Amino acid sequence: MTYLAKFRVWRGDDKGGDLADYKVDVNEGEVVLDIIHRLQATQSGDLAVRWNCKAGKCGSCSAEINGRPRLLCMTRMSTFTEEETITVTPMRAFPVIRDLVTDVSFNYRKAREVPSFAPPANLKPGEYRMQQVDVERSQEFRKCIECFLCQNTCHVVRDHEENKQAFSGPRFLMRIAELDMHPLDTADRQHQAQDEHGLGMCNITKCCTEVCPEHIKITDNALIPMKERVVDRKYDPLVWLGSKIGRRS
Amino acid sequence: MTEYEEHRYDVIIIGAGGAGLRAAIAAREAGMRTAIICKSLFGKAHTVMAEGGIAASMGNANSNDNWQVHFRDTIRGGKFLNNPRMAELHAKEAPDRVWELETYGALFDRTADGKISQRNFGGHEYPRLAHVGDRTGLELIRTLQQKIVSLQQDDEKESGSAEGKLKVFAEVTITELLQDETGTIAGAFGYYRESGRFVVFRAPAVVLATGGIGKSFKVTSNSWEYTGDGHALALRAGSTLLNMEFVQFHPTGMVWPPSVKGILVTESVRGDGGVLKNSDGKRFMFDYVPDVFRKQYADNEPEADRWYTDPEHNKRTPDLLPRDEVARAINSEVKAGRGSPHGGVFLDIASRRTPEEILKRLPSMHHQFKELADVDITAEPMEVGPTCHYVMGGVEVEPDTAAAARVPGLFAAGEVAGGMHGSNRLGGNSLSDLLVFGKRAGDGAAIYVGGLQGKYPNATDESLASAAATALAPFNEQGGENPYTVHQELQQTMNDLVGIIRTRDEVQSALDKLQGYKDRAARLTVEGHRQFNPGWHLALDLQNMIWVSECIARAALIREESRGGHTRDDFPAMSAEWRQKNLVCSIDGDSIAVIEQPIPSLREDLLALFDRDELSKYLTEAELPALTEEPA
Amino acid sequence: MSRIEADRPVKPVKGQTGVRSPGRANIAARTLRTDKWWFQSALTFTLLSLWVLYATARTVSQRAYFVEKYHYLSPFSSPCVTASCNPAARDFGTWFPHFPPFLPYALIVLPFLLGFRLTCYYYRKAYYRAFWSSPPACAVAEPHTTYSGETRFPLIVQNAHRYFFYFAMLISLINTYDLIRAFRGGNGGFGIGLGTIIMLINVVLLWAYTLSCHSCRHAIGGRLKHFSAHPVRYKAWTFVTKLNTRHMQLAWSTLASLTITDAYIALVSGGVFSDLRIIH
Repeated sequence: MTYLAKFRVWRGDDKGGDLADYKVDVNEGEVVLDIIHRLQATQSGDLAVRWNCKAGKCGSCSAEINGRPRLLCMTRMSTFTEEETITVTPMRAFPVIRDLVTDVSFNYRKAREVPSFAPPANLKPGEYRMQQVDVERSQEFRKCIECFLCQNTCHVVRDHEENKQAFSGPRFLMRIAELDMHPLDTADRQHQAQDEHGLGMCNITKCCTEVCPEHIKITDNALIPMKERVVDRKYDPLVWLGSKIGRRS
Repeated sequence: MTEYEEHRYDVIIIGAGGAGLRAAIAAREAGMRTAIICKSLFGKAHTVMAEGGIAASMGNANSNDNWQVHFRDTIRGGKFLNNPRMAELHAKEAPDRVWELETYGALFDRTADGKISQRNFGGHEYPRLAHVGDRTGLELIRTLQQKIVSLQQDDEKESGSAEGKLKVFAEVTITELLQDETGTIAGAFGYYRESGRFVVFRAPAVVLATGGIGKSFKVTSNSWEYTGDGHALALRAGSTLLNMEFVQFHPTGMVWPPSVKGILVTESVRGDGGVLKNSDGKRFMFDYVPDVFRKQYADNEPEADRWYTDPEHNKRTPDLLPRDEVARAINSEVKAGRGSPHGGVFLDIASRRTPEEILKRLPSMHHQFKELADVDITAEPMEVGPTCHYVMGGVEVEPDTAAAARVPGLFAAGEVAGGMHGSNRLGGNSLSDLLVFGKRAGDGAAIYVGGLQGKYPNATDESLASAAATALAPFNEQGGENPYTVHQELQQTMNDLVGIIRTRDEVQSALDKLQGYKDRAARLTVEGHRQFNPGWHLALDLQNMIWVSECIARAALIREESRGGHTRDDFPAMSAEWRQKNLVCSIDGDSIAVIEQPIPSLREDLLALFDRDELSKYLTEAELPALTEEPA
Repeated sequence: MSRIEADRPVKPVKGQTGVRSPGRANIAARTLRTDKWWFQSALTFTLLSLWVLYATARTVSQRAYFVEKYHYLSPFSSPCVTASCNPAARDFGTWFPHFPPFLPYALIVLPFLLGFRLTCYYYRKAYYRAFWSSPPACAVAEPHTTYSGETRFPLIVQNAHRYFFYFAMLISLINTYDLIRAFRGGNGGFGIGLGTIIMLINVVLLWAYTLSCHSCRHAIGGRLKHFSAHPVRYKAWTFVTKLNTRHMQLAWSTLASLTITDAYIALVSGGVFSDLRIIH
């Protein structure tokens, strides 16, 4: 049941750091976060890691395990062999603070740049009427736990620091799609998405969808539909003409 | 002199869960410069763990529902120990608070006519819980978070500064409240988790919205943040805690694998048709319907099963009894040797609903079991057992303004406040509680600050210096103990000796052990430095857990009856005399003092919602006669 | 959030960008992935390259594209509308004079067919990864110092996908017509051979691929704000959405079915073996 696992954990801060080797007990049914906690309690009390719910619902314990962006609490130890060395590092798209903790303020800044829900002015609380089929698309995106793994894995910013200004990342492009598909939202999201949030930089290579622990189909259901909506408004002369003549759905 | 960063605000909110964010919105809308302080990242609060829904008598699913029925259910669930004014405000205002969320952008599941869908839940007479699948808490927190962002965007448009009037301080822990010579609130002292740097907030009003205390127990559904910070801050500032003996053990937590033991399995599983079975395959809940609930709960399986589709003509299934009843029943079955392989019981929805229905109604439960336990809940039963979930007790507050007792300028809302839920909280009433009293606390703080007319109290220099010294103590101690060890022992003690079933001797021995932990916790040693150091953070949080645990244990020893979240094996019955009393904790020197205090009585029009027969099970003879003259 | 400050414009410096940017965790490796992360891209690269080679070779050869007896016309040469085509294959008439060597007979539709596949949301993912290493695999650092995505010419043309989709619908109709013609017996009446079945499978897959396209999904209902007001389009959207989840599989299976169809016709036409007849 119990075995001694080999771990390599990145220790350090923004000035430098390295992978440190550990040998640590693993019991049946445990996840990587349990092992990190065991390291804290038994070998290095100051090993920094973010975590909250330990049930995959809060999105705090994002890191990279064997180079793959994952939630520490949702990665079962049974997915590794007993001989394997398991490498745990902080997310590599964001500045590191210490050990496994990164500075994710980029995401909060981007969140603030997305204009909020804009309901019709004359609608009073309690009078909102929406059909289930009309809210379901946005509801899928609202499952997002903001673990920022999609932001971390997206090569547009992961591999190009300079793009962080112009590109909001999958999470917030999905937020724009969510609002655009909200049955009662009245704002123009399409121009925003392309002109201010860098939707055009997305080359739909789907890594965001691959890492999403909530299994949200970010690319197929949010980013591509949003790109198509942008085409309607910006690049499709026929649809553009149609909207000028006055017929809108 | 210790260095620290300093900020001035009108209102500071400690805690960024549902109550904290709603309070912040209210305070900001009332014109206050407001700071929100959260221990983790913005949007990660424990509220996201709430699954089932928000209880509000909107009457969308059953038009017979109204605030009086909701009030009656709440009082019944709390076994008549609730603060009646709080329960009344809560039932009356919950619908408005839910509708308001839609204007912030929330997307609840819908009824066929486009209104907010409402689902059944334990202890609620009608389908009442507004929900989004089984991730309602996430929807609530995200909606409030986005409303905060929207207010900041408004501020940016008006003044060019998004954070000028409303700012979130993420990953900051408050260690002390600051007071002036008279004990009036003057601010708060804390540190950035990231850097370990100290930060002082000078503000005349502080709203505590720090949630609960579950991390004092070993098996708990609560996250690391739930260390009773607000409870302890209030105590140390001189305020009082009410009815701390009432701790809710949610009947259905995961029991396997060990690393997820305690994680919640939502009550919606039972609301949507799941039933509890023992190792003999028997639906045992029919054997555990207490007399006070015979009228509302079915005594046979066919009727219970008919209730899901025809609630008008059938009594509800006992699987949906209030949480304390179900938790005790599971405990008894396991003790009698009829438990599941890993020490729980079975919760079966696979044999009762189609896989499609289960996936539609309970997607995150399916996800949770699949990913964490490798169990497919559409094909096999879950194993569940009780887990420490919620504390009914909390800061004693004035119902209308959420002002904390004895300390001017201090407010409390949400789980950290006491009184609202009596001895046992109904599922779904916590999210509505957060919204109703979060708003009231924000408003209450704004009115209080307005009344000061700019004359803000000043914290004494000594209080700042002593706060800094206390926080740094674990670095200066040599050869003391590892905080993780003491914490683990504390959790084990609380779980074993002050858990779901209590006796005088066990609670007494827990108190003895607590004294030991207190002494050891005064001499903790942590390694490393102040930058994001979890060992240090735990060393500081541990002090709070010990204070709160002592409150729980002392009150549990004094209350000699069994009611709701407090079960005494040596006093198994409910006592009408004890119902008249609240137990109130305060700090007296180095230890906790508990006094009895009479409970506010129910107004006549509210008493009239219950029939005499039911009241006679709760109230003393002396309280009853007033009712006999009531017109038929 | 003490660190909030605007992202300063940084000029990318080779070797110090991306995961090696100052401030990020100092890890030398380009990736710490231990799985065969390069395999997917290598496979895509190989298969797509082979397919392009095959298709080029076949279309420029101008040979063995038609089995007159059973009216099997290869999709690589349809519609055949030049005077160089076998007269029996010219179902749509003769629009062009004789083609010089190496000019594909289906020249008129090839740009649209290629355009449809090149701008397809799935193929984009596949070739950005496999041919341009952008990125080579998820969480594997890419070799480029700068990146602008699909924001400027030429990649901004990807936004024209929907127009290629409309043409692809037309081409699918032509393929369907070719299929109907292929239900022909050796005697000139009705007949079915293995070639017919292969063409049938190919056409079904081509339709499925075309209809499962993201632009189709958008046009048929995705652009609506209120599904509830358009129940029929919502139904259609639900259907296309289901197909759409298989878009990648369809993209690959149509490449395979196109190749098999063409190769089969080539082999029968070249007399390597004769068509297996099922009816007449």
